[in-house]
Amino acid sequence: MTYARDVGALARKDLLLELRARDTLPAMLLFVVSTFVVFHFSLPAHPSRLAASGLLWVAILFTALLGLGRAFVPEREQRVLDGLVLAPCDRSAIWLGKSIATLAFLVAAEVVALPVYALFFRPLSGAAVLGVALADVGICAVGTFLGAMAVTTRARELILPLLFLPLAIPIVIGGVGSGAADSPGRYLGFLVLYDLLFAVVCWASFEYVVAE
Amino acid sequence: MLVARGLGKRYGEKRVLRGIDLELSRGGFLVVTGANGSGKTTLLRICAGLAQPTEGRIERDAERAQVGYLAHEPLVYRELSALENLELYGRLYRVPERRERIGMLLERYGLWDVRHDRVADYSRGMTQRLALCRTLLHDPALLVLDEPFTALDESGAALLDAQLAELRGERTLMVSTHDPGRVASLATARLELAA
Amino acid sequence: MGRTRRIPLPALAATSLVLVTTALAFVFFVAPNDADQGFSQRIFYFHVSLAFTAYACFAGGAWNAFRHLWKRDPRSDLRSYVCVHQGLIFGTLVLLTGSIWAKISWGRWWIWSEDELVLFLVLYLFYCAYFMLRFSVDPGPQRANLSAVYALFGVVLIPVSFAAIRLAKSLVHPEVFTLHGPNFGGWILVTYCIAQVAMLVLAYTLYRLELGAKRLDGRLRRLREVLA
Repeated sequence: MTYARDVGALARKDLLLELRARDTLPAMLLFVVSTFVVFHFSLPAHPSRLAASGLLWVAILFTALLGLGRAFVPEREQRVLDGLVLAPCDRSAIWLGKSIATLAFLVAAEVVALPVYALFFRPLSGAAVLGVALADVGICAVGTFLGAMAVTTRARELILPLLFLPLAIPIVIGGVGSGAADSPGRYLGFLVLYDLLFAVVCWASFEYVVAE
Repeated sequence: MLVARGLGKRYGEKRVLRGIDLELSRGGFLVVTGANGSGKTTLLRICAGLAQPTEGRIERDAERAQVGYLAHEPLVYRELSALENLELYGRLYRVPERRERIGMLLERYGLWDVRHDRVADYSRGMTQRLALCRTLLHDPALLVLDEPFTALDESGAALLDAQLAELRGERTLMVSTHDPGRVASLATARLELAA
Repeated sequence: MGRTRRIPLPALAATSLVLVTTALAFVFFVAPNDADQGFSQRIFYFHVSLAFTAYACFAGGAWNAFRHLWKRDPRSDLRSYVCVHQGLIFGTLVLLTGSIWAKISWGRWWIWSEDELVLFLVLYLFYCAYFMLRFSVDPGPQRANLSAVYALFGVVLIPVSFAAIRLAKSLVHPEVFTLHGPNFGGWILVTYCIAQVAMLVLAYTLYRLELGAKRLDGRLRRLREVLA
């Protein structure tokens, strides 16, 4: 199971980097809470269940984008990615390790953000929280993948939202549905499907993103 | 170990390399020279396996795990310590007796005392020494070194001289340099790139 | 340079012209009026055939992307790019005709309840991002790889988005606005088929045109470099 060990080593490296820098996670936290406050002022009072669910997802999506934009910055500096690509490990391990670390940050941010949301707007059902968890997996898998692509371009982090948002639309639909629909099961199932499908596609094609 | 015929590399419409032939046998020491912009780095990247040629062929009798590449950039995380960086690479390269080997290299290159400090706090020379440690960590059979003497002070350069002398014959080396005189005595072959 | 059995471009252009003219003739003069919407629903023929053509272009882009990644075919990258480019051109027309159709049918320039249209919008945005990506990377193997991978993602996105949009409909109170095509049969089917074939041939003609132009451009640049 050297693959698992490689992924573990890489994920640990990313967690360590963030622990040292301590910039991405606090930024995400502050951003998401500020966004909630902005929403309070920009939307009518007592939003409906659907509207409230929607604004939660907008907040999550853009907070995630904030974190994802930074994901491959350490590798871009000093071209460290070359060093990782040269290593004998499977290139997809780079993507998987980074996704796991990013997922950890996103979840950490949500551990604060979701209660704040419940405080400001309306409480979250169990299905909604499960939807958030499932969507996080998809967001991190696809977002990390696209982040690696974005970092090699001239536009860098600027291009990540453009690449990511069309792919994120199904996630948002799944997430909003699991929070607002009467029968969230379908939406949760859809999120599982999305996660599996795109995780496989990302896993199989990451090789081509980093190696010539 | 390494055979290239008619190697060429083009990035879009810009041609960087053209018609390179080289042959490096096991245990050989090839020195690559050429003016700035002649494509030395690109050639070394191709030989290390980081880039694919757009023309010609290259055959390399070494897997990724057996190649050590020293780039212009040190390829280490600035926010991590030397030890953490080497630990990571040690794991990825499945270096046996990782701790001992890392310790040995750090000592040899005079980084043992600063092993816990962030690489961002190192001088350029120290970073270059760490990059050398990274390259040698997994004891590769094929070493591709891109201007390894850059930024090294006298003692660092002396260490590298000793290391190269030690590796010569035992391992296969490909070194690009602006100062061919330095390694002239060790080289078995020489390749000059025209701009 | 053996291009075996390739239809020459002038013949292709002539055929497109003939077909498009025929299609126009059929759409405006031959096909019967729809009982509900009358003359105005003629645009349906173009909208649907353009949509199918755009999908075909995106599929072509993805197929060539796959060939680039899997077979390392050196010509596939340019082919893939031109396919996607054509897909976007025709896609713009799809959105335009869809909007016009919505205006004619319901008096609004955009309708969210029409699944295919919304799906198309998502894909359109996706492939616009493809372009941003392509222009943001310097030419070379990396640009080709990134473009190819992204084009393949697009193809995976199609069924996923479709399912998602269907799901989304049960969230929002369904609007009553939908765009009905006429019931297929008789001359309507014939007209549609002619329009569809015309659009596909037109797309292929433009594809060959652009591909040829880009290849020539590349060759000229290489020649200039050799002479310099």
